[in-house]
Formats: sequence, C-alpha cells, structure tokens
Amino acid sequence: MTDMSYAPTRTQSPTTKLVLRFILYILLGVFALFYLMPLFVMITTSLKSLDEIRTGDLVSLPREVTFDAWRTAWSGACTGIQCEGMRPYFLNSLLIAIPAVLISTIIGALNGYVVAQWKFKGANIFFALLLFGCFIPFQVVLLPMAIVLGKLGISGTIPGLIFVHVIYGLGFTTLFFRNYYVSIPSELTKAAKVDGAGFFRIFWSIFLPLSLPIIVVSVIWQFTQIWNDFLFGVSFSQAGTQPVTVALNNIVNSTTGVKEYNVDMAAAIIAALPTLLVYVVAGKYFIRGLTAGSVKG
Amino acid sequence: MTRWLQDNMPKIVLAPSFIAVMVFVYGFIAWTAWVSLTRSRLMPRYEFDSFIQYERLADSPRFETAMVNLAIFGTLFIVIAMVLGLLLAILLDQKIRTEGAIRTIYLYPMALSMIVTGTAWKWILNPELGIEATVKGWGFANFEFNWLVDPDMAIYTVVLAAVWQSSGFVMALFLAGLRSVDEEIIKAAQVDGIPTWRVYSAIIIPSMAPIFLSAFIVLAHLAIKAFDLVIALTGGGPGYATDLPATYMYAMAFSRGDIGQAASSAMVMMLVVFTIVVPYLYSELRTKDD
Repeated sequence: MTDMSYAPTRTQSPTTKLVLRFILYILLGVFALFYLMPLFVMITTSLKSLDEIRTGDLVSLPREVTFDAWRTAWSGACTGIQCEGMRPYFLNSLLIAIPAVLISTIIGALNGYVVAQWKFKGANIFFALLLFGCFIPFQVVLLPMAIVLGKLGISGTIPGLIFVHVIYGLGFTTLFFRNYYVSIPSELTKAAKVDGAGFFRIFWSIFLPLSLPIIVVSVIWQFTQIWNDFLFGVSFSQAGTQPVTVALNNIVNSTTGVKEYNVDMAAAIIAALPTLLVYVVAGKYFIRGLTAGSVKG
Repeated sequence: MTRWLQDNMPKIVLAPSFIAVMVFVYGFIAWTAWVSLTRSRLMPRYEFDSFIQYERLADSPRFETAMVNLAIFGTLFIVIAMVLGLLLAILLDQKIRTEGAIRTIYLYPMALSMIVTGTAWKWILNPELGIEATVKGWGFANFEFNWLVDPDMAIYTVVLAAVWQSSGFVMALFLAGLRSVDEEIIKAAQVDGIPTWRVYSAIIIPSMAPIFLSAFIVLAHLAIKAFDLVIALTGGGPGYATDLPATYMYAMAFSRGDIGQAASSAMVMMLVVFTIVVPYLYSELRTKDD
C-alpha cells in the first residue's frame, strides 16, 4: 500500500468484462431454473387432465387448462377411507398452528425477558438447558409423549398437538427474544425499577413496544415449523385430527383407485400455500429466524 | 406477600417452562434411555435387562442399512449443499442488479414442508411418467432414469431433493458472511491488483470459518432429523433401501410394536446429535459469557 505503482490495478478489457458478466448471468439463470422447475412442474401438472399427463411430458404447458384436480384435491380426494379432500385437514392445521404459535410466542417473550434482563442465579443454566432442547432429535421423546398424552386424555386430539408444539417450540421462541432483549441496555430496567415500576409494568410499557420485529420473526418461524411439521402430526393424531402434511402424504400414498398425479400436485400446492405466502410477504423476517439460531451473536 | 411476589416474579414466570423442559425434554430422554435397556415389546416394561436392545440393533441388517444410509446421505447432503451454497453466494455477491429476486427464488424451497418437497420430486422422478418419459419424448428412446425404484440408487434421490430444499439457506448464510467481511481489506487487495478469485480464496473465505461451522451444524442436524422427506419420497423403500435411523425408529414404534428397538434406535440418533452439537453449543455459550 505504500507504493501504489509497484502493483498497478489490473484492468480487464471491456469485452472480457462483458463476456464474464454474460456467463455470470447465464449461471445464475440456470440455477434459478433448477429451483423453480419443481414448482413449475407442480403447477402445470395440477392443471392438466390425467390423459394429457399420461401422453404429454413433464415440462410442457397444459394444452387444456382444467381445475378439476384442484376441486378434487380440496374437497374430494381420498386419504385412506375418507374422501373429503384437503379441506378438513387444512382447517385442522390452522386450528393447531394459530393457538400454538401465539402461546409459544407469548411464553417465549416472557422467558427471554427474564433471561436477558432479570438475571438471577440459575437463569443462564435454564437457558442453556432450554437451548440444548432445541437440538434433540424428537424421536427420543416420541414414546413417552404418546404415553403422557394418553394419561392427560388428549391423545389424538387437536389440543394435544397444540400442547406438543408449544412445549417443543419454547426453546426457539425463548432464544429469539432473549437475543433481542439482551441488546437493550439493562440501565433501562434499573431506572424503571427505581421509579417503582414492577416486573410486568416494565415488560408491558418498555419492552413490548420495542418488540414488533422479533415478534414477527418468532410468529413466522413457529408458524412455518408447525404448519410443516409431519413427525408430531403423524405420531399424535388420529383419523379426523390429522394436520395438512399428514393428509397430503395419505392422499399421495393412498393405493385405492387410479393414481391421480394432477390431484397429488394440487394437494401439495394447497399444503404449501400458507408458508409460501408468508415467505413471499415477509421473507426478510423468515430469513432472520432461520439465521438467528445458527449465527453467532 | 406482595413484596415476596414482586421479588420472585422472574422466577415464578420462568418456573413453568423450567418444569416443562425438565419433564418433557430431560425426563423423557431419561425414560427413553431406561426403556432402551429393557425387554419392552408392545408395551413398555421397566425391568432393567442389560444391552439386549443395542445387541439387536447391531444384529439388524435393516438398522445397518439405515446407518450406512445416514452416512451416505449425511455426507453428500452436507458437502453438496455447502459447495453449492458457497458458489451461489459468490455468484450473487458480484453486484447483481436483480439480486433480491434471485435470492427469493433460491431460498423459497426452505419455506416448504419436506412432505411437499418429497411429493414434488417423487412425481418428477417417476420412472414411467417423469423425467424419463420426458427425455424419451425428446427422441432419446433408450434413456433410462429409475433411481427412485432402484435399491442401490434411491438414496441419491433423497440427497437431490434435500439439497434442492436446503442449499438456498446455506447461500443466505454465506452471503451474509461475505457481506460482513471488511470492505477496506477487499478494496486494498483490489488496488494491489490481486485477482478476484484470489481475494475470495485467500481473504474472504478463510475469514468466514465460523459461518462454515454454523452451516455444518445446521445441515448435520437436518440430515439426522430427515424423516418426512424419506417418507414422502421413497417411503423408506424400495424394501428398506432408503431407511434412515429416523424412519427405522418410527417403524419400530408405531407399526412393528417394538418399543425396545424404537427406544434404542432413538438413543443412537441422540448420541449422533450429541457428538456433533455439544462441542458447538459449549463453545457458543462460553464465548457468549465472556
């Protein structure tokens, strides 16, 4: 750096630069096609008739667009012996996800607030224990949970699934709020305490108003996790209370009758729509949630 | 009384979660560990009976297949997703005008359920009507692509679908890492005439070591937990050619009625996660306390 002339800046000719840019964009385009192809195939297949699927090919556009498959997928496809389509299960997933997301976010916010701002002996150990719980393979709790749900009389019910999702979501929601609140100066809490404000008062008037971004991150993370869950759904539900992912898998693997690939694809898109929508609308927060648990800081 | 309540409110608020974690995480792990040391079959039994279940696991060809599959799938999935993610991040780091849109496209599979991903790829890889038929239709009459039903190749379809789903996420991690490298150093290197690829290989990438570790942990964790993808894509088949420990555990627990085997295979999974995650978490928490 002391002698600028000794290593002059390499200049590429404008043509080389243009060619390199061109190759770069081609590469980016090819990868974009790789990621988009399955979605494209799903959508086009769902709009084709079965005859066209049998004769046509995967990447061609439908010759004749038909929404029959969508109608069947929504309200007529068979998940084993029942043939009510995805609708009831879509509703189940909403009934499971909405309360579970809200409860786990509220508890996570309070936990995070305590761990970050009201440190007491053992609070850090609690946090470490909780954090570790995020990483266990859930197979290790599946059997005892089945027994406990039975003892509580909520096995195979929607409240049972809400309960399970709240319990195993707490680690992440607490982590989100703890990491967010830790960056708020503790002098704020101390000053408020001096002024006579109590635990909940400080949370309510100081912390909660600052929390909107992290609430969004937590809600989106939990919603995506719970909506996309399959393991708990398939283990702890019974006919009638299954979430949408289990219903989709049953429709696709149901062996009765003709294999209707267009219905399978329509059902898959229906199952994917809510989380895709969330991703498109609030992608920034989705990525923040994904990276929150994995990046130091 | 109110005074006591005031003083102890933080502990009172934390107590339910603490109890829940102790019971539903650690208590349950202890339960599973104990049952894995019994002769439980259809019903859990609690009389200790040495390591019989682990001996059965060791003797089971199906579990051996599951562990070998986990090794193949885990290695390929982690390596390919990391390499692809890094490549995409570097390509996207070249001041691309449409970066936002491209990033959205690369990352959207991460928002999908593994069941949706599995369903989509199962159809694309369908030996009769999927890619094979499409390429045949283009005039290549002898083209064959039946990995999905080939016991030796089916595990690679799981790798393909998993990479498709997760590589965008790795890209996002690496892109954030590339952006956090000090711009001044990069500029100085460019002024000195160091070619771009050297700037990446000698300056930027080495400074991202913590992000490589993070990506590795997340991917390893995803690989060990992979369950839904296999169920949706291959159902563990053909036969049990694509079984993973997770699907083995599920089959033992819920269709074979062999609780002892389910518990012991779950403990093996737990052990694999432990050996990878514990050192990481330990170092994370320690540096945070400093």
